[in-house]
Amino acid sequence: MSIKAEHINFLYGQGTAFEQYALKDVSFQIQDGEFIGLIGHTGSGKSTLIQHLNGLLKATSGAIYYNGENIYQEGYDMKALRSRVGLVFQYPEHQLFEIDVFSDVCFGPKNQGLDPEEIKERAREALGLVGLPKRFWEQSPFELSGGQKRRVAIAGVLAMRPEVLILDEPTAGLDPRGRDEILDELAALHKEKHMTIILVSHSMEDIARYADRILVMNHGEKLFDAPPREVFRHYKELEQVGLAAPQITYIVHQLREHGVMVPDDITTVEEAKTAILEMLQKGGGQS
Amino acid sequence: MIRDITLGQYYPVDSVLHRMDPRTKLSGTMVFIISLFIADSVPAYLLATAFLVLAVRLSGVPFSFMVRGLRAVLFLLLISVSFNLFLTPGRVLFAVGFLKITWEGLRLAGFMALRLIYLIIGSTIMTLTTTPNQLTDGLERGLGFLNKIRVPVHEISMMMSIALRFIPILVEETDKIMKAQMARGADFETGNLIQKAKSMVPLLVPLFISAFRRATDLAMAMEARCYHGGEGRTKMKPLHYAARDRTAYGVYVVYLAGMILLRWKLI
Repeated sequence: MSIKAEHINFLYGQGTAFEQYALKDVSFQIQDGEFIGLIGHTGSGKSTLIQHLNGLLKATSGAIYYNGENIYQEGYDMKALRSRVGLVFQYPEHQLFEIDVFSDVCFGPKNQGLDPEEIKERAREALGLVGLPKRFWEQSPFELSGGQKRRVAIAGVLAMRPEVLILDEPTAGLDPRGRDEILDELAALHKEKHMTIILVSHSMEDIARYADRILVMNHGEKLFDAPPREVFRHYKELEQVGLAAPQITYIVHQLREHGVMVPDDITTVEEAKTAILEMLQKGGGQS
Repeated sequence: MIRDITLGQYYPVDSVLHRMDPRTKLSGTMVFIISLFIADSVPAYLLATAFLVLAVRLSGVPFSFMVRGLRAVLFLLLISVSFNLFLTPGRVLFAVGFLKITWEGLRLAGFMALRLIYLIIGSTIMTLTTTPNQLTDGLERGLGFLNKIRVPVHEISMMMSIALRFIPILVEETDKIMKAQMARGADFETGNLIQKAKSMVPLLVPLFISAFRRATDLAMAMEARCYHGGEGRTKMKPLHYAARDRTAYGVYVVYLAGMILLRWKLI
């Protein structure tokens, strides 16, 4: 099972004077169970791209295959696709509408036409997955804190039991603790449920820590498609397109300039710690 | 779908009418509307047509674009025309069963249709050539005298411009919420009327909440910048009448005089 995008072009305002490319010849493939980080400056086409993956936007040209089937072919079941490829929009708490948290999470599975017991079962499971304490379940979603609201909204998508979960900046506007909790829950979903996850984020640290592979978008085109180590090695090019590497990558490069030869493909603080400790031990042995 | 309505839309080109002072355009529209209600003969309608054609030509907006706005009121037009056609007493032209068409009815229906179409095209030209901001500016200045009788003109025009400003934002917001609910399997297209109305709840509740949130945010932002109503407030771009505005007022006077003369058979 996989997602395959072939030469996707997407034009805004087609046929008017304001015609503009939002996506330009984008191709990639995502394997089952991967954790993909999607980065790019504001307006680089990230949000447009992910809306193609569950058929909310239709490419002007090009094709998208989900599990080998072209989603643009005649009679393809878009509704089924949307429940298999779950998409969590930016600020998903803005989509909450029900009188209590539990009913709101039931909305997705209800639309799938499941029977009432199954719907409740899935809602319970989803709320458990995002770690929302039971005492909140009967409350109005509008009375919750920002972080809790966001969990409810993510649970609303998880309740459909998608195979692929796409999240557009799920941590924007949250405090550090709320952010870490949500990201850790995503990592757990990936590890335990083997869910394919596509994470759009502006935090290079988060991406470096969780993603197996990074897609970099720039002006509607794919710039890089590689594991974090390789992508962040190009930190100078990333800076040119309005991005950056994780802070620790810069520290590592500075250290190397000063003659401390730690490996240059370090992307997380833990890696740096291990590498430096190793060096110190070696150095200690020599003296 | 929402974007098809041309009534109340701005068409960005550069033309004489676009450059005209909004107050001039407002009074022109008023003059035209009044003239349509006093017109009751063929020569009067010919004069109104001439005035409208002049305005269309000066606006620089393609005529086909204006006519598109008429589609929205076609239904209303049909109803009023058929009522006038069948329900006016007078000399019978021909009758089918209980439905009678009279000469007077035909005449009245024709005038009624023309009057409605002209009304809509006339006010469409106004909004096509004037940005919402100019429009409220013009209203505020033009109706400034009402301040004397304690009508809060500035506050009303401020509310109007904010309302207009928020239309595109709310359209975008609607689009976003619709997509988010569609990602959760919501279906806004199929089903009967009741099902469709029900499917609007997941769209309307978040939309209202976001509208209220934006309203409180905006109020806060305005207060933070010391907004305290219209008193003592100055404009960055005050309105000034130019030569073309004086010419326009001259045309209005001549036109209105002509219409009055035609109405009371003075010529």
